[in-house]
Amino acid sequence: MGQRVAIVGAGMTKFVRRAQETGKELAFHATRMALDSCEMNLDQIDAVCLGTAPDTFDGVHMKGEYLSDGAGAWGKPYMRCYVGGGTGVFSVIQGWYHIASGLCDTCLVVCEEKMSSYQPHAQAAFLTIFDHTTERPLKPNLLWIFAMEMNRYMTTYGLRKEDIVQVAVKNKRNALDHPCAQIAKAVTAEDILNSEVLAWPVQRLDVSPVSDGAVALVLASESIARKVTDKPVWIEGVGWSLDTAYWTNRDLCYPRYVEEAARMAYTMAGVTDPRHQIHIAEPYDPFDYKELHHMEGLMLCGKGEAPQMTVDGITQRDGELPVCPSGGLLGVGNPIAAAGLMKVAELFWQLRGEAGKRQVSRKVKRGVAQAWGDLMQVGTVVVVGI
Amino acid sequence: MRAKAGVKQTPEIQYAGTGLSSKDFKEGKILCTRWTADAKYAWDAGIAIGKYLAGFKAGKILGVRCIKCGRTMVPPRAFCEWCFKTVDSWVQLRNTGIVNTFSLCYVTWDVKRVKKPEISAVIEIDGASKGMGIMHLLGEVDPNKVRIGMKVKAIWKPAAEREGAITDIKYWKPY
Repeated sequence: MGQRVAIVGAGMTKFVRRAQETGKELAFHATRMALDSCEMNLDQIDAVCLGTAPDTFDGVHMKGEYLSDGAGAWGKPYMRCYVGGGTGVFSVIQGWYHIASGLCDTCLVVCEEKMSSYQPHAQAAFLTIFDHTTERPLKPNLLWIFAMEMNRYMTTYGLRKEDIVQVAVKNKRNALDHPCAQIAKAVTAEDILNSEVLAWPVQRLDVSPVSDGAVALVLASESIARKVTDKPVWIEGVGWSLDTAYWTNRDLCYPRYVEEAARMAYTMAGVTDPRHQIHIAEPYDPFDYKELHHMEGLMLCGKGEAPQMTVDGITQRDGELPVCPSGGLLGVGNPIAAAGLMKVAELFWQLRGEAGKRQVSRKVKRGVAQAWGDLMQVGTVVVVGI
Repeated sequence: MRAKAGVKQTPEIQYAGTGLSSKDFKEGKILCTRWTADAKYAWDAGIAIGKYLAGFKAGKILGVRCIKCGRTMVPPRAFCEWCFKTVDSWVQLRNTGIVNTFSLCYVTWDVKRVKKPEISAVIEIDGASKGMGIMHLLGEVDPNKVRIGMKVKAIWKPAAEREGAITDIKYWKPY
Protein backbone atom coordinates (compact mmCIF):
# COMPACT_ATOMS: atom_id res chain seq x y z
CA MET A 1 0.00 0.00 0.00
CA GLY A 2 1.70 3.20 -1.19
CA GLN A 3 5.25 4.00 -0.09
CA ARG A 4 6.79 1.88 2.67
CA VAL A 5 7.16 3.87 5.87
CA ALA A 6 9.82 3.34 8.54
CA ILE A 7 10.45 4.69 11.99
CA VAL A 8 14.04 5.93 12.02
CA GLY A 9 14.33 7.89 15.25
CA ALA A 10 12.77 8.20 18.69
CA GLY A 11 13.03 10.41 21.74
CA MET A 12 11.21 11.05 24.98
CA THR A 13 11.27 12.97 28.23
CA LYS A 14 10.92 11.55 31.71
CA PHE A 15 7.32 11.00 32.75
CA VAL A 16 6.70 12.93 35.99
CA ARG A 17 3.70 13.82 38.14
CA ARG A 18 4.32 17.51 37.68
CA ALA A 19 6.88 18.89 35.29
CA GLN A 20 8.49 22.26 35.70
CA GLU A 21 8.80 22.43 31.91
CA THR A 22 5.83 23.76 29.94
CA GLY A 23 4.12 21.45 27.46
CA LYS A 24 5.94 23.23 24.67
CA GLU A 25 9.29 22.68 26.36
CA LEU A 26 8.56 18.99 26.94
CA ALA A 27 7.58 18.59 23.29
CA PHE A 28 10.80 20.29 22.21
CA HIS A 29 13.04 18.01 24.29
CA ALA A 30 11.40 14.83 22.98
CA THR A 31 11.43 16.08 19.39
CA ARG A 32 15.05 17.24 19.52
CA MET A 33 16.07 13.88 20.96
CA ALA A 34 14.24 12.00 18.21
CA LEU A 35 15.91 14.10 15.50
CA ASP A 36 19.34 13.72 17.13
CA SER A 37 18.89 9.95 17.40
CA CYS A 38 18.90 9.71 13.60
CA GLU A 39 21.11 12.73 13.00
CA MET A 40 18.41 14.69 11.21
CA ASN A 41 17.34 18.29 11.32
CA LEU A 42 14.09 20.18 10.88
CA ASP A 43 14.94 21.17 7.31
CA GLN A 44 14.76 17.46 6.42
CA ILE A 45 11.24 17.16 7.84
CA ASP A 46 8.32 17.54 5.41
CA ALA A 47 5.39 17.54 7.86
CA VAL A 48 4.52 17.29 11.55
CA CYS A 49 1.71 15.35 13.23
CA LEU A 50 0.98 16.09 16.87
CA GLY A 51 -1.20 14.20 19.29
CA THR A 52 -2.40 15.68 22.54
CA ALA A 53 -5.48 15.09 24.70
CA PRO A 54 -8.19 17.53 25.83
CA ASP A 55 -7.58 21.27 25.77
CA THR A 56 -9.28 21.19 29.19
CA PHE A 57 -6.12 19.81 30.83
CA ASP A 58 -4.17 22.89 29.88
CA GLY A 59 -6.92 25.49 29.87
CA VAL A 60 -5.58 26.42 26.43
CA HIS A 61 -7.92 26.52 23.46
CA MET A 62 -6.36 25.08 20.27
CA LYS A 63 -3.63 23.35 22.23
CA GLY A 64 -2.26 21.88 19.01
CA GLU A 65 -1.39 25.33 17.76
CA TYR A 66 0.02 26.33 21.15
CA LEU A 67 2.35 23.31 21.11
CA SER A 68 3.32 23.52 17.43
CA ASP A 69 6.64 25.31 17.92
CA GLY A 70 7.79 22.70 20.43
CA ALA A 71 6.95 19.97 17.90
CA GLY A 72 9.10 21.56 15.21
CA ALA A 73 6.10 22.53 13.11
CA TRP A 74 7.10 26.10 12.30
CA GLY A 75 6.42 26.75 8.61
CA LYS A 76 5.34 23.18 7.86
CA PRO A 77 2.16 21.26 7.07
CA TYR A 78 0.89 20.48 10.57
CA MET A 79 -1.97 18.52 11.96
CA ARG A 80 -3.15 17.75 15.48
CA CYS A 81 -5.18 14.66 16.25
CA TYR A 82 -7.11 13.66 19.32
CA VAL A 83 -8.98 10.40 19.86
CA GLY A 84 -8.80 10.31 23.66
CA GLY A 85 -6.46 7.69 25.06
CA GLY A 86 -6.13 6.24 21.56
CA THR A 87 -4.28 9.36 20.41
CA GLY A 88 -0.69 8.20 20.90
CA VAL A 89 -0.95 5.28 18.50
CA PHE A 90 -3.31 7.13 16.17
CA SER A 91 -0.73 9.91 15.71
CA VAL A 92 1.63 7.32 14.19
CA ILE A 93 -1.13 6.24 11.80
CA GLN A 94 -1.58 9.85 10.79
CA GLY A 95 2.16 10.28 10.23
CA TRP A 96 2.14 7.01 8.28
CA TYR A 97 -0.46 8.14 5.75
CA HIS A 98 1.32 11.43 5.14
CA ILE A 99 4.23 9.34 3.80
CA ALA A 100 2.46 6.22 2.50
CA SER A 101 0.33 8.45 0.30
CA GLY A 102 3.46 9.81 -1.36
CA LEU A 103 2.64 13.32 -0.21
CA CYS A 104 5.71 13.51 2.09
CA ASP A 105 8.99 11.66 2.57
CA THR A 106 9.53 12.48 6.22
CA CYS A 107 7.21 13.26 9.09
CA LEU A 108 7.70 14.02 12.76
CA VAL A 109 5.17 12.44 15.09
CA VAL A 110 5.04 14.16 18.47
CA CYS A 111 2.80 13.51 21.47
CA GLU A 112 2.71 15.72 24.52
CA GLU A 113 0.62 15.81 27.65
CA LYS A 114 0.74 18.06 30.67
CA MET A 115 -2.05 16.96 32.97
CA SER A 116 -0.76 18.59 36.13
CA SER A 117 -1.95 22.12 35.33
CA TYR A 118 -5.54 21.06 35.95
CA GLN A 119 -6.37 21.61 39.64
CA PRO A 120 -6.72 19.83 41.91
CA HIS A 121 -6.80 16.60 39.89
CA ALA A 122 -7.00 16.00 36.13
CA GLN A 123 -9.64 13.33 36.63
CA ALA A 124 -12.35 15.98 36.80
CA ALA A 125 -11.39 17.20 33.31
CA PHE A 126 -12.75 13.92 31.94
CA LEU A 127 -16.28 14.35 33.28
CA THR A 128 -17.53 16.00 30.12
CA ILE A 129 -17.21 12.71 28.23
CA PHE A 130 -20.46 11.61 29.87
CA ASP A 131 -23.73 12.54 28.14
CA HIS A 132 -24.74 15.93 29.45
CA THR A 133 -28.45 15.12 29.71
CA THR A 134 -28.78 11.42 30.48
CA GLU A 135 -25.60 10.77 32.50
CA ARG A 136 -24.00 13.86 34.01
CA PRO A 137 -26.95 14.67 36.32
CA LEU A 138 -26.07 11.38 38.10
CA LYS A 139 -22.73 12.99 39.05
CA PRO A 140 -20.61 10.21 37.58
CA ASN A 141 -16.98 9.67 38.34
CA LEU A 142 -14.66 8.63 35.54
CA LEU A 143 -13.71 5.52 37.49
CA TRP A 144 -17.28 4.25 37.23
CA ILE A 145 -17.05 3.16 33.64
CA PHE A 146 -13.72 1.37 34.08
CA ALA A 147 -14.87 -0.33 37.26
CA MET A 148 -18.09 -1.43 35.57
CA GLU A 149 -16.21 -2.68 32.51
CA MET A 150 -13.74 -4.57 34.73
CA ASN A 151 -16.57 -6.13 36.73
CA ARG A 152 -18.35 -7.21 33.55
CA TYR A 153 -15.10 -8.70 32.20
CA MET A 154 -14.35 -10.57 35.45
CA THR A 155 -17.88 -11.87 35.86
CA THR A 156 -18.37 -12.96 32.23
CA TYR A 157 -15.26 -15.15 32.26
CA GLY A 158 -15.15 -15.98 35.99
CA LEU A 159 -11.77 -14.26 36.46
CA ARG A 160 -10.00 -13.74 39.75
CA LYS A 161 -8.77 -10.34 40.88
CA GLU A 162 -5.57 -11.92 42.22
CA ASP A 163 -4.71 -13.09 38.69
CA ILE A 164 -5.52 -9.73 37.10
CA VAL A 165 -3.23 -7.80 39.44
CA GLN A 166 -0.26 -9.80 38.15
CA VAL A 167 -0.29 -7.34 35.26
CA ALA A 168 0.39 -4.42 37.60
CA VAL A 169 3.09 -6.42 39.43
CA LYS A 170 4.82 -7.17 36.11
CA ASN A 171 4.55 -3.70 34.58
CA LYS A 172 5.61 -1.74 37.65
CA ARG A 173 8.62 -4.04 37.97
CA ASN A 174 9.49 -3.79 34.26
CA ALA A 175 9.46 -0.03 34.64
CA LEU A 176 12.32 -0.21 37.19
CA ASP A 177 14.57 -0.55 34.13
CA HIS A 178 13.08 2.44 32.33
CA PRO A 179 15.09 5.64 32.81
CA CYS A 180 11.96 7.78 32.29
CA ALA A 181 9.60 5.92 34.64
CA GLN A 182 7.42 7.75 37.14
CA ILE A 183 6.04 5.00 39.39
CA ALA A 184 8.29 2.00 38.88
CA LYS A 185 8.20 -0.21 41.94
CA ALA A 186 8.63 -3.77 43.08
CA VAL A 187 5.15 -4.51 44.43
CA THR A 188 3.48 -7.78 45.29
CA ALA A 189 0.00 -8.97 44.43
CA GLU A 190 -0.87 -8.54 48.12
CA ASP A 191 0.21 -4.88 48.03
CA ILE A 192 -2.23 -4.28 45.20
CA LEU A 193 -5.07 -6.29 46.71
CA ASN A 194 -4.59 -4.38 49.98
CA SER A 195 -4.43 -0.94 48.38
CA GLU A 196 -7.26 1.54 48.81
CA VAL A 197 -10.51 0.60 47.05
CA LEU A 198 -11.49 3.43 44.71
CA ALA A 199 -14.40 1.98 42.79
CA TRP A 200 -14.63 -1.74 43.36
CA PRO A 201 -13.16 -3.79 41.66
CA VAL A 202 -10.68 -0.99 40.92
CA GLN A 203 -8.09 -0.32 43.65
CA ARG A 204 -5.40 2.34 43.90
CA LEU A 205 -2.56 0.19 42.54
CA ASP A 206 -4.67 -1.14 39.64
CA VAL A 207 -4.53 2.34 38.12
CA SER A 208 -1.91 4.30 36.17
CA PRO A 209 -0.99 7.77 37.45
CA VAL A 210 -1.55 11.29 36.18
CA SER A 211 1.60 12.39 34.35
CA ASP A 212 3.41 15.04 32.34
CA GLY A 213 5.66 14.03 29.48
CA ALA A 214 6.38 13.93 25.75
CA VAL A 215 7.52 11.39 23.14
CA ALA A 216 8.53 11.87 19.50
CA LEU A 217 9.27 9.66 16.49
CA VAL A 218 10.78 10.41 13.10
CA LEU A 219 9.07 8.60 10.21
CA ALA A 220 10.60 8.32 6.74
CA SER A 221 9.90 6.80 3.35
CA GLU A 222 12.02 3.81 2.31
CA SER A 223 14.44 5.86 0.19
CA ILE A 224 15.16 8.27 3.03
CA ALA A 225 15.13 5.59 5.72
CA ARG A 226 17.83 3.57 3.94
CA LYS A 227 20.06 6.64 3.86
CA VAL A 228 19.47 7.56 7.48
CA THR A 229 19.88 4.22 9.23
CA ASP A 230 20.91 0.58 8.91
CA LYS A 231 18.05 -0.39 11.17
CA PRO A 232 14.75 1.00 9.96
CA VAL A 233 11.70 -0.32 11.79
CA TRP A 234 8.92 -0.66 9.24
CA ILE A 235 5.31 0.22 9.86
CA GLU A 236 3.78 -2.95 8.42
CA GLY A 237 0.15 -2.37 9.28
CA VAL A 238 -2.17 0.23 10.75
CA GLY A 239 -5.77 -0.03 11.89
CA TRP A 240 -8.33 1.90 13.84
CA SER A 241 -12.00 1.51 14.63
CA LEU A 242 -14.64 3.22 16.71
CA ASP A 243 -17.59 1.61 18.47
CA THR A 244 -20.91 3.34 19.19
CA ALA A 245 -21.05 6.16 21.74
CA TYR A 246 -24.07 4.38 23.29
CA TRP A 247 -21.64 2.60 25.60
CA THR A 248 -24.37 1.19 27.83
CA ASN A 249 -25.67 -0.75 24.81
CA ARG A 250 -22.41 -2.61 24.21
CA ASP A 251 -21.18 -5.78 25.88
CA LEU A 252 -18.36 -4.38 27.97
CA CYS A 253 -16.73 -7.79 28.41
CA TYR A 254 -14.94 -7.60 25.06
CA PRO A 255 -13.37 -4.69 23.11
CA ARG A 256 -14.74 -5.50 19.69
CA TYR A 257 -13.42 -2.21 18.30
CA VAL A 258 -9.86 -3.29 19.21
CA GLU A 259 -10.38 -6.53 17.29
CA GLU A 260 -11.64 -4.59 14.28
CA ALA A 261 -8.64 -2.26 14.40
CA ALA A 262 -6.27 -5.23 14.84
CA ARG A 263 -7.81 -7.12 11.91
CA MET A 264 -7.28 -4.07 9.70
CA ALA A 265 -3.63 -3.77 10.77
CA TYR A 266 -2.92 -7.52 10.61
CA THR A 267 -4.41 -7.82 7.12
CA MET A 268 -2.14 -5.02 5.91
CA ALA A 269 0.86 -6.63 7.63
CA GLY A 270 0.07 -10.13 6.35
CA VAL A 271 -0.39 -11.43 9.88
CA THR A 272 -2.77 -14.39 9.86
CA ASP A 273 -1.81 -16.02 13.18
CA PRO A 274 -1.14 -13.18 15.62
CA ARG A 275 -0.31 -15.48 18.55
CA HIS A 276 2.74 -16.76 16.66
CA GLN A 277 3.55 -13.99 14.20
CA ILE A 278 3.60 -11.21 16.81
CA HIS A 279 6.71 -11.51 19.00
CA ILE A 280 6.24 -8.59 21.36
CA ALA A 281 3.24 -6.48 22.34
CA GLU A 282 2.61 -3.11 23.94
CA PRO A 283 -1.15 -3.01 24.54
CA TYR A 284 -2.66 -0.06 26.38
CA ASP A 285 -2.60 -0.60 30.15
CA PRO A 286 -4.10 2.38 32.01
CA PHE A 287 -5.60 -0.24 34.35
CA ASP A 288 -4.24 -3.76 34.88
CA TYR A 289 -7.36 -5.43 33.48
CA LYS A 290 -7.09 -3.29 30.32
CA GLU A 291 -3.84 -4.97 29.28
CA LEU A 292 -5.69 -8.30 29.42
CA HIS A 293 -8.77 -6.98 27.66
CA HIS A 294 -6.59 -5.60 24.91
CA MET A 295 -4.48 -8.76 24.51
CA GLU A 296 -7.77 -10.53 23.82
CA GLY A 297 -8.95 -7.82 21.40
CA LEU A 298 -5.57 -8.07 19.65
CA MET A 299 -6.23 -11.83 19.34
CA LEU A 300 -2.96 -12.71 21.12
CA CYS A 301 -5.05 -15.23 23.07
CA GLY A 302 -8.63 -16.39 23.32
CA LYS A 303 -11.38 -14.48 25.13
CA GLY A 304 -10.97 -14.64 28.89
CA GLU A 305 -7.57 -16.36 28.57
CA ALA A 306 -5.22 -13.40 29.05
CA PRO A 307 -5.11 -13.59 32.88
CA GLN A 308 -3.94 -17.23 32.82
CA MET A 309 -1.32 -16.37 30.19
CA THR A 310 -0.05 -13.67 32.55
CA VAL A 311 -0.02 -15.99 35.57
CA ASP A 312 1.91 -18.53 33.50
CA GLY A 313 4.67 -15.97 32.89
CA ILE A 314 4.29 -15.97 29.11
CA THR A 315 4.02 -12.18 29.06
CA GLN A 316 7.14 -11.54 31.14
CA ARG A 317 10.13 -9.91 29.50
CA ASP A 318 11.82 -13.31 29.27
CA GLY A 319 8.59 -15.06 28.31
CA GLU A 320 7.40 -16.35 24.95
CA LEU A 321 5.39 -13.20 24.26
CA PRO A 322 6.68 -10.22 26.22
CA VAL A 323 3.83 -7.78 26.93
CA CYS A 324 4.55 -4.21 28.04
CA PRO A 325 8.29 -4.77 28.54
CA SER A 326 8.54 -0.97 28.79
CA GLY A 327 6.67 -1.00 32.09
CA GLY A 328 3.61 0.43 30.40
CA LEU A 329 1.34 3.12 31.71
CA LEU A 330 1.17 1.32 35.06
CA GLY A 331 4.89 1.72 35.60
CA VAL A 332 6.32 4.37 33.28
CA GLY A 333 3.31 6.69 33.63
CA ASN A 334 0.30 7.91 31.72
CA PRO A 335 0.64 11.30 30.06
CA ILE A 336 -2.32 10.33 27.84
CA ALA A 337 -1.19 10.89 24.24
CA ALA A 338 2.51 10.56 25.06
CA ALA A 339 1.88 7.24 26.83
CA GLY A 340 0.49 5.70 23.64
CA LEU A 341 3.41 6.93 21.58
CA MET A 342 5.84 5.64 24.23
CA LYS A 343 4.55 2.16 23.36
CA VAL A 344 5.51 2.53 19.71
CA ALA A 345 8.89 3.99 20.74
CA GLU A 346 9.44 0.94 22.97
CA LEU A 347 8.85 -1.41 20.04
CA PHE A 348 11.28 0.68 17.97
CA TRP A 349 14.00 0.28 20.63
CA GLN A 350 13.21 -3.39 21.28
CA LEU A 351 13.23 -4.40 17.60
CA ARG A 352 16.55 -2.61 17.10
CA GLY A 353 18.03 -4.23 20.21
CA GLU A 354 18.49 -0.83 21.83
CA ALA A 355 16.21 -1.16 24.84
CA GLY A 356 19.13 -1.41 27.27
CA LYS A 357 18.21 -3.14 30.52
CA ARG A 358 14.67 -3.63 29.23
CA GLN A 359 15.75 -5.64 26.18
CA VAL A 360 13.62 -8.79 25.91
CA SER A 361 15.42 -12.15 25.92
CA ARG A 362 14.03 -13.46 22.66
CA LYS A 363 14.92 -12.22 19.20
CA VAL A 364 11.93 -10.13 18.20
CA LYS A 365 11.13 -9.17 14.64
CA ARG A 366 7.53 -8.03 14.74
CA GLY A 367 5.51 -6.23 17.39
CA VAL A 368 2.13 -4.65 17.92
CA ALA A 369 1.27 -1.48 19.82
CA GLN A 370 -2.27 -0.49 20.68
CA ALA A 371 -4.06 2.33 22.43
CA TRP A 372 -7.64 2.84 23.50
CA GLY A 373 -9.81 5.71 24.49
CA ASP A 374 -12.71 8.06 23.93
CA LEU A 375 -15.80 6.72 25.71
CA MET A 376 -14.23 3.23 25.88
CA GLN A 377 -14.85 2.97 22.17
CA VAL A 378 -11.74 3.57 20.05
CA GLY A 379 -9.03 1.09 19.19
CA THR A 380 -5.83 2.20 17.45
CA VAL A 381 -3.27 -0.39 16.36
CA VAL A 382 0.15 -0.30 14.69
CA VAL A 383 2.18 -3.36 13.64
CA VAL A 384 5.91 -2.77 13.21
CA GLY A 385 8.65 -5.11 12.01
CA ILE A 386 12.25 -5.40 10.90
CA MET B 1 23.85 12.01 8.34
CA ARG B 2 24.15 8.23 8.34
CA ALA B 3 23.87 6.95 11.89
CA LYS B 4 25.08 3.37 11.74
CA ALA B 5 24.15 2.23 15.18
CA GLY B 6 21.30 3.58 17.20
CA VAL B 7 21.58 5.13 20.62
CA LYS B 8 20.95 2.56 23.32
CA GLN B 9 18.77 3.51 26.23
CA THR B 10 21.61 3.57 28.72
CA PRO B 11 21.84 5.46 32.01
CA GLU B 12 24.32 7.87 30.40
CA ILE B 13 21.55 9.41 28.32
CA GLN B 14 20.12 12.49 29.99
CA TYR B 15 16.38 12.73 29.70
CA ALA B 16 14.62 16.07 30.09
CA GLY B 17 11.73 16.47 32.54
CA THR B 18 12.05 18.14 35.94
CA GLY B 19 9.68 16.71 38.53
CA LEU B 20 8.11 19.11 41.02
CA SER B 21 6.39 18.42 44.32
CA SER B 22 3.49 20.22 45.99
CA LYS B 23 6.04 21.58 48.46
CA ASP B 24 7.80 23.47 45.67
CA PHE B 25 4.55 25.33 45.07
CA LYS B 26 3.72 25.90 48.73
CA GLU B 27 7.14 27.28 49.45
CA GLY B 28 6.92 29.61 46.48
CA LYS B 29 9.91 28.06 44.71
CA ILE B 30 7.94 27.90 41.47
CA LEU B 31 6.42 30.91 39.73
CA CYS B 32 2.85 30.09 38.90
CA THR B 33 -0.26 31.82 37.54
CA ARG B 34 -3.76 30.68 38.46
CA TRP B 35 -7.03 30.94 36.58
CA THR B 36 -10.54 29.62 36.93
CA ALA B 37 -12.63 28.87 33.86
CA ASP B 38 -16.04 30.55 33.84
CA ALA B 39 -18.01 28.38 31.44
CA LYS B 40 -21.78 28.07 31.66
CA TYR B 41 -23.91 25.91 29.38
CA ALA B 42 -27.59 25.17 28.84
CA TRP B 43 -28.20 22.02 26.82
CA ASP B 44 -31.57 21.49 25.24
CA ALA B 45 -32.41 17.82 25.39
CA GLY B 46 -32.96 17.48 21.64
CA ILE B 47 -35.80 15.68 19.88
CA ALA B 48 -35.45 12.07 21.02
CA ILE B 49 -34.03 12.61 24.52
CA GLY B 50 -36.60 15.42 24.97
CA LYS B 51 -39.39 12.90 24.48
CA TYR B 52 -37.58 10.37 26.72
CA LEU B 53 -37.40 12.91 29.54
CA ALA B 54 -41.03 13.95 29.05
CA GLY B 55 -41.74 10.24 29.61
CA PHE B 56 -39.72 10.37 32.83
CA LYS B 57 -41.85 13.27 34.03
CA ALA B 58 -44.91 11.08 33.44
CA GLY B 59 -43.23 8.14 35.24
CA LYS B 60 -42.61 6.13 32.06
CA ILE B 61 -39.47 4.78 30.39
CA LEU B 62 -39.76 5.08 26.61
CA GLY B 63 -37.74 3.34 23.93
CA VAL B 64 -37.68 3.40 20.12
CA ARG B 65 -37.97 0.65 17.54
CA CYS B 66 -36.25 0.17 14.22
CA ILE B 67 -38.10 -2.31 12.02
CA LYS B 68 -35.10 -2.87 9.77
CA CYS B 69 -32.73 -4.32 12.42
CA GLY B 70 -35.57 -5.19 14.79
CA ARG B 71 -33.98 -3.51 17.79
CA THR B 72 -35.90 -1.81 20.58
CA MET B 73 -33.46 0.78 21.85
CA VAL B 74 -32.90 2.72 25.04
CA PRO B 75 -31.79 5.44 25.50
CA PRO B 76 -34.09 6.36 22.62
CA ARG B 77 -32.60 8.06 19.59
CA ALA B 78 -33.94 9.87 16.54
CA PHE B 79 -32.14 7.55 14.14
CA CYS B 80 -30.87 3.97 14.21
CA GLU B 81 -27.08 4.19 14.06
CA TRP B 82 -26.82 0.70 12.55
CA CYS B 83 -29.36 1.09 9.74
CA PHE B 84 -28.79 4.84 9.51
CA LYS B 85 -32.45 5.63 9.09
CA THR B 86 -35.11 7.40 11.14
CA VAL B 87 -36.54 5.12 13.83
CA ASP B 88 -40.04 3.77 13.25
CA SER B 89 -41.96 3.94 16.50
CA TRP B 90 -41.93 4.70 20.20
CA VAL B 91 -42.75 2.06 22.79
CA GLN B 92 -43.19 2.14 26.54
CA LEU B 93 -40.71 -0.11 28.32
CA ARG B 94 -41.12 -1.62 31.77
CA ASN B 95 -40.04 -0.10 35.08
CA THR B 96 -37.79 -3.06 35.73
CA GLY B 97 -34.45 -4.30 34.52
CA ILE B 98 -31.41 -6.47 35.08
CA VAL B 99 -28.03 -5.36 36.43
CA ASN B 100 -25.60 -5.77 33.51
CA THR B 101 -22.64 -4.55 35.54
CA PHE B 102 -21.97 -2.32 38.55
CA SER B 103 -19.31 -0.71 40.70
CA LEU B 104 -19.09 0.21 44.37
CA CYS B 105 -17.54 3.65 44.31
CA TYR B 106 -15.78 5.01 47.39
CA VAL B 107 -14.68 8.32 45.90
CA THR B 108 -16.68 11.27 44.59
CA TRP B 109 -16.17 12.83 41.18
CA ASP B 110 -13.60 15.20 42.71
CA VAL B 111 -11.78 12.29 44.42
CA LYS B 112 -13.06 12.81 47.97
CA ARG B 113 -13.55 9.61 49.97
CA VAL B 114 -16.99 8.52 51.09
CA LYS B 115 -17.86 5.87 53.72
CA LYS B 116 -20.96 4.46 52.09
CA PRO B 117 -20.22 3.51 48.49
CA GLU B 118 -22.26 4.92 45.67
CA ILE B 119 -23.41 2.04 43.47
CA SER B 120 -23.34 2.88 39.79
CA ALA B 121 -24.73 0.32 37.37
CA VAL B 122 -25.62 -0.40 33.79
CA ILE B 123 -29.22 -1.64 33.88
CA GLU B 124 -30.71 -3.54 30.95
CA ILE B 125 -34.28 -2.32 30.70
CA ASP B 126 -37.02 -4.95 30.41
CA GLY B 127 -38.93 -4.59 27.16
CA ALA B 128 -35.90 -3.36 25.21
CA SER B 129 -33.67 -5.64 23.14
CA LYS B 130 -31.12 -7.75 24.98
CA GLY B 131 -28.13 -5.76 26.13
CA MET B 132 -29.87 -2.36 25.89
CA GLY B 133 -28.87 -0.67 29.12
CA ILE B 134 -28.72 2.74 30.68
CA MET B 135 -26.37 4.04 33.35
CA HIS B 136 -28.02 4.71 36.70
CA LEU B 137 -27.69 4.14 40.44
CA LEU B 138 -28.71 1.33 42.79
CA GLY B 139 -30.18 1.99 46.24
CA GLU B 140 -31.82 0.26 49.23
CA VAL B 141 -29.42 -2.65 48.82
CA ASP B 142 -26.50 -4.05 50.80
CA PRO B 143 -23.43 -3.25 48.64
CA ASN B 144 -22.05 -6.72 49.34
CA LYS B 145 -25.16 -8.36 47.94
CA VAL B 146 -25.27 -6.64 44.55
CA ARG B 147 -24.74 -9.09 41.72
CA ILE B 148 -24.64 -8.97 37.95
CA GLY B 149 -27.93 -10.43 36.72
CA MET B 150 -29.87 -9.07 39.72
CA LYS B 151 -33.44 -7.96 38.97
CA VAL B 152 -34.12 -4.34 39.90
CA LYS B 153 -37.01 -1.90 39.67
CA ALA B 154 -37.09 1.87 39.28
CA ILE B 155 -37.88 3.95 42.35
CA TRP B 156 -39.44 7.14 41.06
CA LYS B 157 -39.67 10.50 42.78
CA PRO B 158 -43.27 11.50 43.60
CA ALA B 159 -45.04 12.90 40.52
CA ALA B 160 -45.07 16.45 41.90
CA GLU B 161 -41.28 16.43 42.28
CA ARG B 162 -40.49 15.06 38.83
CA GLU B 163 -39.02 17.57 36.44
CA GLY B 164 -38.29 15.61 33.28
CA ALA B 165 -34.74 14.58 34.20
CA ILE B 166 -32.81 11.32 34.44
CA THR B 167 -32.83 11.90 38.21
CA ASP B 168 -36.65 11.56 38.27
CA ILE B 169 -35.75 7.94 38.99
CA LYS B 170 -34.05 8.19 42.38
CA TYR B 171 -32.38 4.81 42.02
CA TRP B 172 -33.11 1.16 41.27
CA LYS B 173 -33.63 -1.45 43.97
CA PRO B 174 -33.78 -5.24 43.91
CA TYR B 175 -37.24 -6.79 43.82
